[in-house]
Amino acid sequence: MTLSLNRRALLGSALLSPFLAALPAWAVQLDVARTLVDGLVADVNAVIASGRSEGQMLSDFEGIFDRYADVPTIARYALGNDARTASEAQLRGFTAAFRTYIARKYGRRFREFIGGQIVVVQARDVPNGVEVETTAILQGQSPFRVDFQVSDRSGRAAFFNIIIEGVNMLLSERTEVQAMLDARGRNIDRLIADLPQG
Amino acid sequence: MRGETALGKSGYPVVKLPATLRLSGLMLATAAALSACARGPNSDDPFEATNRRVHDFNTELDRAFLRPAGQLAAAMPPVVREPVSNFADNVALPGMVLNGLLQGNVAGAATNTFRFLINSTWGLLGIADPAGDMGLAAQDTDFGETLAVWGVPAGAYLELPGFGPSTQRDAVGELVDFVIDPLDRLGQQAMTDYGTLARVADIAIKRGTFGDTLDSILYESADSYAQTRLIYLQNRQFDLGQAADDAYVDPYGDTYIDPYEAQQ
Repeated sequence: MTLSLNRRALLGSALLSPFLAALPAWAVQLDVARTLVDGLVADVNAVIASGRSEGQMLSDFEGIFDRYADVPTIARYALGNDARTASEAQLRGFTAAFRTYIARKYGRRFREFIGGQIVVVQARDVPNGVEVETTAILQGQSPFRVDFQVSDRSGRAAFFNIIIEGVNMLLSERTEVQAMLDARGRNIDRLIADLPQG
Repeated sequence: MRGETALGKSGYPVVKLPATLRLSGLMLATAAALSACARGPNSDDPFEATNRRVHDFNTELDRAFLRPAGQLAAAMPPVVREPVSNFADNVALPGMVLNGLLQGNVAGAATNTFRFLINSTWGLLGIADPAGDMGLAAQDTDFGETLAVWGVPAGAYLELPGFGPSTQRDAVGELVDFVIDPLDRLGQQAMTDYGTLARVADIAIKRGTFGDTLDSILYESADSYAQTRLIYLQNRQFDLGQAADDAYVDPYGDTYIDPYEAQQ
């Protein structure tokens, strides 16, 4: 028992060693992730407090989403296996269309925070990066939890997932994009043309 | 302390059954649903075809009644909405105290008990929320959570006509909550008389509060059934304090294709 466990552990570590060596390069530091989300939250709160018109705030929120998110990675995940067979031009076209679509969609969500604020609670290591937990405190509602999952595996620290009270943006967007593909005979060009941009 | 977010609550109307149907219906449904649960955990959706038909029906129900009611509620000033929501929250507390005790959650049951006592008296039968101002936030729970604490698996995903998204376990929970509600014995006459009405009105108020987000899920999604199912199941796991399936999905994982290559 002990022996086989040891052997398995040894084998495991041999297989894992290339990944372990790569780990320091991947693993975003807790304080780096927290600083990123602190910046994001400060920017969102500043827009909320700016007193600008709603239309101006919306475009500010889109800019914030784009600046802090790893959009190409989120786009690729939403596209799933079809990303492997897509041409480079299709991938570029999809990422560009997805960038506008997602910044608009989630930028609009930030609008719900007008009159409220977001507070960073803590950062912790999780299997896929660092999770920064925040609490959204909105007028007339119980506070609720918004987590940002952060990685620097794109080459810079950026968030790749938002989890609002357990609801996961990556899974939700993959469901959405896959349903759109199904409705268009898995045709990526039609998907690109039809991704909402408004 | 849990937030009622737009994503969390479906906002479908909770329809109360006539009292005469209570017990007989409950026994049958409990037996049927629990035996179905026993067939094992379902990460898939064995009732998808039926669920989708019910989803279409619920969506039409929303379009015809709940959504307009929500818009009406949202147009009213907070001074009208808040007493109704407070009253609805208050009449739900005795049931939550009972469930807290059944779960062995004494602290949660105590908080809800104090909330009920304070708001039912100083809060004028619950239309005001002085307990909340004192920092006593409602510890939301239900019999579905009690079953989860007792180790009953969630079972398959269900979409119930009028009630919206659920699971086999939560469907049983809703029925049991209705039957064991101790409000009849503990509440003032006004609470038992107007409790159900206030709870229905509160659903319209919530539908209005989270109008844009719910509209985007129900009317702008490519597949609103799949989105509703995903959102309900994940948010429910979160409410029950369980780690969601795929909570740590890794888009940089081993199927990783460098999205930056195509950018050059």
